[in-house]
Amino acid sequence: MQVSVLFFGITKDLIGKRHISMDLPDSITVAEFKRILQERHPELLDLNSLAIAINSSYAFEGDLIHASDEIALIPPVSGG
Amino acid sequence: MIELDFQPLNTQKAIVYVSEGSVGGINVFIGTVRNETNGKKVVALEFEAYEKMAISELQKIVDSVSSRWPVQRVAVLHAQGRKNIGDLAVVIAVSAAHRDAAFQACRYIIDTLKETVPIWKKEIFEDGEVWVAAHP
Repeated sequence: MQVSVLFFGITKDLIGKRHISMDLPDSITVAEFKRILQERHPELLDLNSLAIAINSSYAFEGDLIHASDEIALIPPVSGG
Repeated sequence: MIELDFQPLNTQKAIVYVSEGSVGGINVFIGTVRNETNGKKVVALEFEAYEKMAISELQKIVDSVSSRWPVQRVAVLHAQGRKNIGDLAVVIAVSAAHRDAAFQACRYIIDTLKETVPIWKKEIFEDGEVWVAAHP
C-alpha cells in the first residue's frame, strides 16, 4: 500500500525531503513502520525521541497504518 | 482564538479577544526570542509547524483548560518562520472572573504546548544552526 510520509524539523534535514510516498506492507503497525524507516535511515535512531502521527493525531506503537493515511514524523517538539 | 502566524504576533489582538464579556482578570504570557543559549550567541530562530496538527493539539489544550478551570476566553498565537532577537515567539492570553484560574490556565497552556504541540525551533548561530532538543 502507498502512504504519504511528512518530515518536519530535524527529520526533514536528515531525510533531505519534506515528504515522500512510501510503499509499505498492508496494515502494518506504527512500531513496524518505525523499524522499516529506521533501517533505511539509521540516523533517525540518534534522535532524543521520535513520535508518529497518523492523519495529524499522535499514534500509539500498536496502531495500524492504512492505505492513503498521512503519516508524519514528530521529532522532539520545541515550540514556545 | 488559535493562530500560527508568519507575520509579527499581535499581543493587543489576543488581549482584545479575551477581554470580550464580563472578565475580572486577564493573564498574558509572552515568549520572546532570546539572544543566547548556554552562553552561545543566537542570531535568529526559525519556527516550523505541522500546521493542521499544531492547531488541533492547541485546540485540545484549550478544551482541557476550559474543563479544568473557570476561564472565559483563551487566545494562543504562535510564530512561524524566521524570527529575530526580541521578536515574539508565543502569546497566550486567558481571561477569567478571578486571577487564580487565569494564572494557572496560562501556565498550563505554555507548559503543555512545549510538550505536545508539533512546532520546532531551529537556533541559528553565527557559525551554524541546530534544531533544539533533537539530539542528546
